[in-house]
Amino acid sequence: MGKITNEELLQKLTAQFGENVTNVSEPYGLLTAETTRGQIIDLLNWLYNEPSLQFTYLTDITAIHYPEFEGKEMAVVYHVHSLVNNIRIRIKVFLAEGDINIPTATTIWNGANWMERETYDFFGVNFTGHPDLRRILNVDDMTVFPMRKEFPLEDPNRVDKKDYFFGR
Amino acid sequence: MQNFPAYTDTDLQSELSTLNLGPTHPATHGVFQNVLQLDGERIVSGVSTIGYIHRAFEKIAEHRPFYQITPLTDRLNYCSAPINNMGWHMSVEKLLDIQTPKRVDYMRVIIMELSRIADHIVCNGVLGVDTGAFTGFLYMMEHREAIYEIFEEVCGSRLTTNIGRIGGFERNFNDIAFAKIRQFLVNFPKTLNEFESLFNRNRIFVDRTKGVAPVTAEQALGYSWSGPILRATGVDYDVRAMNPYCSYEDFDFEVPVGTSGDVYDRFLVRNEEMKQSMRIIEQALNKIEKEDPNIFHADVPEFYLPPKEEVYNNMEALIYHFKIVMGEVKTPVAEVYHSVEGANGELGFYIINDGGRSPYRLHFRRPSFINYQAYAPMSRGMLLSDAIINMSSLNIIAGELDA
Repeated sequence: MGKITNEELLQKLTAQFGENVTNVSEPYGLLTAETTRGQIIDLLNWLYNEPSLQFTYLTDITAIHYPEFEGKEMAVVYHVHSLVNNIRIRIKVFLAEGDINIPTATTIWNGANWMERETYDFFGVNFTGHPDLRRILNVDDMTVFPMRKEFPLEDPNRVDKKDYFFGR
Repeated sequence: MQNFPAYTDTDLQSELSTLNLGPTHPATHGVFQNVLQLDGERIVSGVSTIGYIHRAFEKIAEHRPFYQITPLTDRLNYCSAPINNMGWHMSVEKLLDIQTPKRVDYMRVIIMELSRIADHIVCNGVLGVDTGAFTGFLYMMEHREAIYEIFEEVCGSRLTTNIGRIGGFERNFNDIAFAKIRQFLVNFPKTLNEFESLFNRNRIFVDRTKGVAPVTAEQALGYSWSGPILRATGVDYDVRAMNPYCSYEDFDFEVPVGTSGDVYDRFLVRNEEMKQSMRIIEQALNKIEKEDPNIFHADVPEFYLPPKEEVYNNMEALIYHFKIVMGEVKTPVAEVYHSVEGANGELGFYIINDGGRSPYRLHFRRPSFINYQAYAPMSRGMLLSDAIINMSSLNIIAGELDA
């Protein structure tokens, strides 16, 4: 099967999902699109099953915390790879603080299991329908989600590394 | 999506026993805990517990300038640290849009392929040890030492190398380094042949590995496997060939694949990969001779630390030195995903940058972490001793697993 370009991929994606695919960009040649929580599993399923695309390889699931984005505090990012066409796509779903739930992708890939557990462990993203959503790298009795931005690595009262000392 | 079947046997004993395999079991070569339910010697079910050496690298990386993240990547897969270092450098270079000269690419290729060989030496050697043959391991270990001596010559350290800089290398390869690389290419093939003749048709080894832990291509892809263990199932996915980075497109090499995805196939795939790596190194050495011997880094003064003697005697160098160390250099607001073919599979770096001196968020796609999750399901119905060699052949590195 021949290679397909980002434009062709985007055309097919918008033809299928229309309004539900937004904020399309192409940083460093990797097609990036945003979708909604309601559509994500349909979209991943479609990417997986569409015979001309075959995005059958899940590269990565992770999250990014943007505390300053009102109503879009948590981004869950999927990297999916079509080995047949050798093209990758990045899908993002933004979630609001207080309602960080998203359906699990373990229904499509077994490999999503630990990736989602890791994302839950560090960001508190609740993957609904996940068969075994427990902490994975941190201790079980931890109560916080440490990769969130409200947990600074160093003592926040420390002043010797403040930016204004360096003219920033 | 094809899952591993549950183990159902109507002749189960009335009572199962629980075995805590690890976290410090000598047979697992690392910090791995598996709580196994055993029926005699057969595993009924298992649960993997990981995170014993979790060091929060992703969090630490959010507070460090780009060049100080390199030592963190050393400690992911410490059996082939230079691949991680260079994968990281190349990701940052992609972010900053830095083009490296061909000679730098070839130097990197040499170092990366040497570390791939070093990693496979350990994996296949230990697989031999786990099946009861210490000899092969000792034969091969001598040559890992030779590789570490090359690293030492190039960067001064051996295991956690922190090799190279953003844009290239901290110093040029000297003649001794080149001589050692050439010597390695002469010495190692003999030992590898000897190693293969010790194992490939060895009755005990074949009986212990053939048909053990077979994995189909569908199962492997469903679990997002990558690297030699995926290729052993027959899928020819190799980042070097599919998305060439670091001028891999200039090289002529083959991607070995297996058929059944069992332990024996993984062993053969790794052996063949070492041979291909040597082919690549040989080509790289020939290509380097045609390049300007004085180039060992890209011309990016904003990111590449100037040599000390220039810092003290040259105004511009001093300014750049100060700007780099104090984090005054502008970086683009962007996100980038870059992956390299690590010794265990696709090693990816996902950087989200907000223009500051350190990344806003950095995520490592760690092949060991993703490969290991199939371990407990695939162990169902396996003999305990087979599960041990299965773990050896997956080549899970605890540092990469727990990050």
